[in-house]
Amino acid sequence: MSTIPNFIEIPVNPEIAQKEFEVYSKPSTLTDKPFHYCPGCGHSTVHKLLMEVVEEMGIQGDIVGVAPVGCSVFAYDYLDIDMQQAAHGRALAVATGIRRMLPDKLVFTYQGDGDLAAIGTAETLHAANRGENILTIFINNAVYGMTSGQMAPTTLEKMVTTTSPFGRDVSTQGYPLKISELLAMLPGVTYVTRQSVHTTANVRKTKKALRKAIELQQEGKGFCLVEVVSNCPSNWKMTPLQSQQFIQEKMIPFYPLGDIKTPEGK
Amino acid sequence: MGEIKLMKGNEALSEALIRAGCDGYFGYPITPQSEVIEYLSREANARTGMVVLQAESEVASINMVYGAAGTGRRVCTTSSSPGISLMQEGISYIASAELPCLVVNIVRGGPGLGTIQPSQADYFQATKGGGHGDYHMIVLAPYNVQEMVDHVKLGFELGEKYRTPVMILGDGALGQMMEKVELFEQMPRKTEFPDWATTGKKEGIHRSIITSLFIQPEVMEQVNLRLQAKYREIEKNEVLYQTINCEDADYIFTGFGLGSRIAMKAMEMAREKGHKVGLIRPITVYPFPYDIYKEFAGKVKGILDIEMNAGQMVEDVRLAVEGKTQVEFYGRMGGMIAGPDEVYEYFEEKFLGGK
Ligand SMILES: Cc1ncc(C[n+]2csc(CCOP(=O)(O)OP(=O)(O)O)c2C)c(N)n1
Ligand code: SF4
Repeated sequence: MSTIPNFIEIPVNPEIAQKEFEVYSKPSTLTDKPFHYCPGCGHSTVHKLLMEVVEEMGIQGDIVGVAPVGCSVFAYDYLDIDMQQAAHGRALAVATGIRRMLPDKLVFTYQGDGDLAAIGTAETLHAANRGENILTIFINNAVYGMTSGQMAPTTLEKMVTTTSPFGRDVSTQGYPLKISELLAMLPGVTYVTRQSVHTTANVRKTKKALRKAIELQQEGKGFCLVEVVSNCPSNWKMTPLQSQQFIQEKMIPFYPLGDIKTPEGK
Repeated sequence: MGEIKLMKGNEALSEALIRAGCDGYFGYPITPQSEVIEYLSREANARTGMVVLQAESEVASINMVYGAAGTGRRVCTTSSSPGISLMQEGISYIASAELPCLVVNIVRGGPGLGTIQPSQADYFQATKGGGHGDYHMIVLAPYNVQEMVDHVKLGFELGEKYRTPVMILGDGALGQMMEKVELFEQMPRKTEFPDWATTGKKEGIHRSIITSLFIQPEVMEQVNLRLQAKYREIEKNEVLYQTINCEDADYIFTGFGLGSRIAMKAMEMAREKGHKVGLIRPITVYPFPYDIYKEFAGKVKGILDIEMNAGQMVEDVRLAVEGKTQVEFYGRMGGMIAGPDEVYEYFEEKFLGGK
């Protein structure tokens, strides 16, 4: 087991850091380590939402997470729970191993689009098809963030990335993959929803979806997928605000938000 | 005395997995070892509650093993050569994250899709790393069905002692042959788990993180130094080998697993003809028993190594003897098995001037 060093020490001004001035707080289930994510990146928001739900539900000791390879590879530095880091694309195989050994625990994976829908497609599809009692949180930012902005399976048509420098040409580079819709077809899958965190209202909805998914996990209802249409301002070469506009104008028309499959029968 | 049975190698190994209190098996069918997952699917869950899961690939199997081993449970996967190749990335992660587990390779002839006939051509892959980075697995080389059973128990114990993956390096012949075996008693499954296991964060205890990512080179170097120190400990403490007729030997035959069985027969033929031939059989091929070869290097006139490959372990034998004695190699490849008579003839040709 590793002892992860804190590389950034932020000095605290004791005159300002007082309870009475608190306007915004982080859940106790997040560690004190500052996020390494780029400013405005959706990963930070989703981490916080997930840990708020974990805190509110009082399940910090009952949940084991799996971090992917991708920008969120260090998720275990921030999420103050037991975690395993998986090889690129194998999060759902790792999670299957954990969950089969710990049938009384909640198990989730946190994965990017490259991890979940390119290199790990087989593991994703088969874990879902076995109806593994696992929650997958899927961050769809339409690029490979960590390796600095190459085309992902979810990259939009004509979208410019470092490996589709003239825009994604679907005739040679394939079509953007709607993996959530694909997985929703499988009988082992209970709940599939697509959310986003680009507006306050959407942040609230994403939190609700995460809570619903974890409750379904507690009931042992099988595989759940919460896709979050997210951003990568750094590799989209945009400011955070521009990236949110891009989500609204380009991403959501192709990746419409809302429930795709629910246990109530949608 | 334990229960005695006549069993096929693969089935004996499966029975040993159940009896060793294995908690989880994750595998994908491939000849010549598919009997393992079939036997376990039939027997295991009802008897001990052991989880048996057919994965979608060997890539998935080994990563399921990673996840399950990370919970502190006794876990295993088995496969044959092409499947083991697919597992290499996962094994490297397991070695780096220091997770105990058992990986069984019932080797078949390669390269490529090769043949389903027995081979020993995965020795380099098994003993020198296989995947990326500086790591080792402990590698046990059974030579009969009894050891296919005994090495399961030993493998789990060594893996847990050193928090390291352990491989049983068998071959298609051992997997398929039937022999008499003595089975050990059913062991209970574990009920207590190590504190590094990810079983849910416990109040007041440091949480558990299983990772092989140490992005700062200063830290990664320390991890490597720790791993290397562990390998030196293993090399000091866990070397296993067998010697036969070595006391008065002029020549030594050697080989691991299947190769050593052929070497044994050839040794008997040589002895019948009045030549003083002994045998060294490594039981652990990592750690390799360099010292026993070194000890005999100055005493004997030559060493003949027999393997079902192009000459892999022979490199370790040569390293051990440091040129102090003549080392010759006899091997067959591609699933062909050498007969003791052809080995004996080769011995005459190389060492006795073709008498
Ligand atoms: C086997 C393997 N192949 C390639 C890589 C390099 N790699 C690291 S992260 C990554 C892509 C991650 O993209 P995504 O899953 O979309 O996550 P994001 O970084 O965008 O959050 C790649 C290709 C790797 N680590 N391992
Ligand atoms: S590279 Fe993109 S996905 Fe990664 S942290 Fe930065 S903004 Fe987020």
